Amino acid sequence: MAKFRSLTIQFVPASEIAGLSSAERIKKLLKIILQNNLVLLQGRLRAEEEARLIEDTMALVGTLKGFRGVELAVLSSKNENLNFGSLLRNRLAKILGMENAITVIGPASIVREIKKDPSKIELLLKK
Amino acid sequence: MAITILPFLKRIFNGIFRKKRHIKLGFYGPPNSGKTSLANRICKDWTGEELGKVSKIPHETREIQIKEKVDINFKGKTLTFKIVDTPGIATRIDYEDFLHYGLSKSEAKKRAKEATKGVIESIKWLDDMDAVIVVLDSTQNPYSQVNITIIGNLVARKIPVLIVANKIDLRHADVKRIEAAFPEYDVVGISAKFGKNMEEFYESLFRLAKRRK
Repeated sequence: MAKFRSLTIQFVPASEIAGLSSAERIKKLLKIILQNNLVLLQGRLRAEEEARLIEDTMALVGTLKGFRGVELAVLSSKNENLNFGSLLRNRLAKILGMENAITVIGPASIVREIKKDPSKIELLLKK
Repeated sequence: MAITILPFLKRIFNGIFRKKRHIKLGFYGPPNSGKTSLANRICKDWTGEELGKVSKIPHETREIQIKEKVDINFKGKTLTFKIVDTPGIATRIDYEDFLHYGLSKSEAKKRAKEATKGVIESIKWLDDMDAVIVVLDSTQNPYSQVNITIIGNLVARKIPVLIVANKIDLRHADVKRIEAAFPEYDVVGISAKFGKNMEEFYESLFRLAKRRK
């Protein structure tokens, strides 16, 4: 009989993290990931928060047995324009509650790789 | 009178010292993109000495490596840089990946542990840079989130960026794909290993230095 491995995808609406500090947001997302679930976040973290997420993830890799880090990808409605003007527009859209991005974060123990190219993503899962 | 002259004098004073101090130039990017190879090429060209060891095994650079004073002359103009080579930034580090390169389990675990610390250190150093060269492997998909996170953080900190599409000597190199992924940025294709297109690189570097923090 074939064995199946399940994967839980947990949706996190933007409103659920809107009132949280950066540290609290990252803590919340990492808590879900550490339960071996995939996070589907409405919107995206700020660049500084993404960096902080990587820092916290790396600190955990060294201390939590079996934790190897995360795979992360952000899909937005148009190409990533990382200039100051577009960052400002994105901030404004966020304030107005108009999220035009989705973030996928999964534990590296389950998600081998997330390929992004650039308007679609492909999740390569571990056997 | 003194009140109106003071800001003027301050500007001149700052201008003199800004020009004299070394430009802190960071090398950032994912693991194995050739950051140390490029830093070595520059250091070898202008000081005669290399900066660090390179390897096919990812995360060879696991600590920040610094060359304090590198005078680079381009078209009669000289700028002094402090070269800061950083460990590759990754979101995952699995010691088992290193086993495929022939490392023993204990060596692989040690390397993984040091690599995680290196990533944290790289991120912490971001704030200290005057300008940054983001080194990408031109044979790889440029849309990786690590690349976007690095560049996003530099933009947020108002640090000028030059993107280097490295490894153009390889058959699957695709500089145009990197240019398409980051249309707002100056992208220069090079081979750090063979010193290909370094003239254009130095020209871009001097343009970058003009925009430094």
